[in-house]
Formats: sequence, C-alpha cells, structure tokens
Amino acid sequence: MNAPRLPDPPVAAGRCEGAAPVALCRAALDALMPMHLVVAPTGHIRACGPTLARLRADCPLPGARLLEAFEFLRPAAPLSLSDLLAAAGRRLSLRFRAAPRTAFKGLIVPLAAGQGALMNLSFGIGAVAAVADHRLTAADFAPTDLTVELLYLVEAKSAAMEEWRRLSRKLEGARSAAEEQALTDALTGLRNRRALEEALGRLIASGQRFGLMHLDLDRFKAVNDSLGHAAGDAVLGAVARALRAEVREEDIAARVGGDEFVLLFPGVTDTARLERLARRIIARIEEPVPFGAQLCRVSASVGVTVSSAYRRPEPERMLRDADEALYAAKRAGRGQARVHRPAPEG
Amino acid sequence: MHGLINRAIQRFAEDAHGAELWRAAAEEAQPGLTGFEAMLSYDDALTAAVLAALSRRTGLPVAALLEDLGTYLVRHPATETVRRLLRFGGESYVEFLQSLDELPDRVGLAVPDLRLPAMELRDLGPGTFLLAAAPGWPGFGHVLAGLLRAMADDYGALALVTLLEDGSAGARLSIRVADAAHAEGRRFELAARAPEAAGAP
Repeated sequence: MNAPRLPDPPVAAGRCEGAAPVALCRAALDALMPMHLVVAPTGHIRACGPTLARLRADCPLPGARLLEAFEFLRPAAPLSLSDLLAAAGRRLSLRFRAAPRTAFKGLIVPLAAGQGALMNLSFGIGAVAAVADHRLTAADFAPTDLTVELLYLVEAKSAAMEEWRRLSRKLEGARSAAEEQALTDALTGLRNRRALEEALGRLIASGQRFGLMHLDLDRFKAVNDSLGHAAGDAVLGAVARALRAEVREEDIAARVGGDEFVLLFPGVTDTARLERLARRIIARIEEPVPFGAQLCRVSASVGVTVSSAYRRPEPERMLRDADEALYAAKRAGRGQARVHRPAPEG
Repeated sequence: MHGLINRAIQRFAEDAHGAELWRAAAEEAQPGLTGFEAMLSYDDALTAAVLAALSRRTGLPVAALLEDLGTYLVRHPATETVRRLLRFGGESYVEFLQSLDELPDRVGLAVPDLRLPAMELRDLGPGTFLLAAAPGWPGFGHVLAGLLRAMADDYGALALVTLLEDGSAGARLSIRVADAAHAEGRRFELAARAPEAAGAP
C-alpha cells in the first residue's frame, strides 16, 4: 500500500490570475489546514495533514488513490481527478470507504502548472461523532477552526437541557401533588371530598357536636342528557350559590360527586331545625336556572344525621346513615328531606 | 443571582458539609427554603443570606467557603460538567488562563441569562499573569482563586495563585506558573465519555 515517498515540493494554489502565486511549505499547510490532502495528477494522495493522518493511522493515506480511500457523494461517482476538479470551489461531500465511515465536507482547488490538486476537509455537523470515534483533541484542530467551540456548545447545551428536564419533572410532580391536595372543587368553588373528609375528621376529633346533610340532585341527569354538560355545569353553579346562601360562615359545603353534596353544621344537632334548613335549600334549588333560552329545572333530596345520635361518632358510619336517610327521602317521592332514625345503641 | 450559582452553592454545601447542615442553613436563610433550581433566578440577598448561614453553621468565613466552592466545582465528580467546559478553554494551563477573557461570552452562549463579570488577563512576563475581574459579584475573587488553583492541578501545572484584592472595585489575582508540566494532569477528551458526562451543577 505504501508508495515510495515523493519529494515535497512547495505547494502553490493555481488559478492565480493576475496575482503572484503563494507558495507554502508543508509545515505551514499542516498548521493552517490539518485536514488537507495533496493529490498528484495521477489521482494518488501525495501527502495529508496531521489530523487526517491520525484518522487513518493504521492505513496511511499517502500513496493510496484518492477515489479508493474516499467515496464521493457529491459530485456523484467521479472517475478521475479531473472530474473532481470540475467541481473546484464548490462543496464536496465524501466519506471514508473503510470503517468508521466518517463523513466530510470538502473543497478542492487545482495546483499550479498541472501539479494536481489541494483538497481541504472538515467534519461539518458530524464533528461530535467524528471527534468521539477518533478520540481527537483540541490540538488536532487549527485555532481558527470552530469545531472545538461547536463541541463546547453541544456539551453545554446538553447540560442545560438536562437541568430543564429535571426542573420539568419536578414541577410536574409538584403540580399533581398540589392538585391532589387542593381542597376546592374547581367547577363550583365549594370544598371537595378531600376537604370534607378533613373537616369531618377535625370535628369528630374535637368532640364538637354537629349536623350532617347529604344532598343529591333529582332530575340532574335529565338536564345533562337533554341540554348538555354546559347546562349541567350551570345547574351545579346555581346549586353552589344556593348552598352558600343558606349556610353560615363556619359551615362546610362540599361537592363530593357529580351531583352529590355534603354539608356540615358545627354546633347544630337540632334535627327539626336541620329539616327546615334542608327544605329551604331544596326550595332554592328548585328555582329554575336559565341556560340560554331554556330553563333548567332540578330538585334535590336530603338525608340528615347528627353527631349526638352516636355514642362515638365515626365519619364513615355518619355518611352511610345520612346516605340511607337520603334514599328514604328519594323513595318518598323526591324533593324531600329525611332524618336518620338511629336504632337504639347498646 | 442566577439559579446555577445558587445551585452550585447548595451542591457544594451538601457534598462538602452534609445534607443536614444544608437543610438547616437554607431554613435559616429563608424559612421554607429547601433548595435552589438551576434554571430559575433568585434575589441576590437570598444568596448572601445562604452564605452567611452556611458560614455560621460551618464556622468558616464566607471567603473560605467561596474558595472551597471554586475548588469543588473543578474537583468534585458531581460537577464534572463544569470542569469539562472549563477545559474546553485550552490545551494547557496557560492557554486556559488566556481563555478566561472569553469565559463570560462562552457561558453566555450556553446560558444566555447568566452573565459572569468581565475578566481580563494581563501577561506580565514569563509565567506571571494578573487577572482582573469586574465588580458585580461580591466574593467572585475567592471563587476564582479556588477554581484557578484546582484547574492548575487538573492540567498538571505548578502554579501559585494569590488573591490580591476582592472588593467594590472587583477582584485582582496574581498567577505565577512555575512549571506548566509539573505533573500529569487529569485526562481530557473533547468527546465526553458516558461515565464522565453525568451531572450538571
């Protein structure tokens, strides 16, 4: 493979119409263009820059035929040096024929007086992979070459991206945790089930007496089905306003399901008073809700229980009892309130 | 102060003085503060409060902490990215020193809202340099002193770094490079290898 080494005449670029040609010694060429190739008129590589030499340490380029060492993609399939020189001054695209098949951008210019050609190569956008494949260092690039800056930017960008990704993951985690912990029902502005459970737990733990109402809308599904979800949402908004109008500052009104609400009345265990309150709430809810040109009409059924009915009140038990009272109210014909009647406790 | 700087202080405090000490100092600096995000920005006063709290809890002056921070950024595996990005500055320690002039622009290319104080290196004759940093970041000179000493080790150079001044007029440091190839430095390849690439500050 190794051809006898040719003498090293100074290299001079051709086509220097008018101006005097500039002659450069090999050391100057190596420093300016560490990835250049000097090609003899026969198409053999006569010399190459030190970085190109490093890329092919086990299979030296000098002595090889240019078209055997490199596959040209642009111009496509040149057959001789003169085919290549026809593309002088334009961007060449080529790659090694042997692995790793590093790709290059290139530029070729003819040398003076038919001495062949000078070609300079660069990695282009494949620089990151090429530098890794060939374990190149900054010394392999001319100080004027921006490849090292490109590598710096790629690495800095990757580090910054990783930080952004980490921050996004963290914010996403915080967002879902906040959503989970939020105590407000987004649609109605009432408290949500989580808030209700917390308030109920607190009331029982404090030993304070309280009343509990479980309210379920009647004919809500019919509104939703006939007028759509937007109408259903308008009804829920009106129900929320009705509840807020009837409860005191210290009471809790929560939406715990699609059309289910639970209300807590600290200090109130008078079932007659709670029944009256429930009927007032039902009357308010029965007021038609305008939606566009339509009027939506719903009603509500209410089940009531009070903490004083239990020796040791428990949240689940109270909710279940209020629910039973609610279904008794529904069975009794809707739009009614019923109080849970406790079986005598032992 | 940019989150990257605050986050670097946090990671230094956690790695050098323990997560427990960091938590206590952060809470002391601002109730509820648990840590910094690298990509967000924080009030300068908060950075100062964190440093003051760290100083109280470690018993070390803020200046010493900042110098240790500079060393940490280069030496600790957790901040390998910082060391690598600094090593892109040059093939030798002297080339690295000469690249400090353009460090603020380099950093700005990667993180546009992080503006380091301008730096100027003057060559005072064989192996002697004077580095001047513009004011703006109180204590920057101490960080630089630690960082430049650690980078000398990284390159295998024997250098004497002295902080001459760090105040309202900025910082000035004297660097004497006694032997640019004193010892074998740490390896640096342009292409990051997978195990080295982990961890940003």
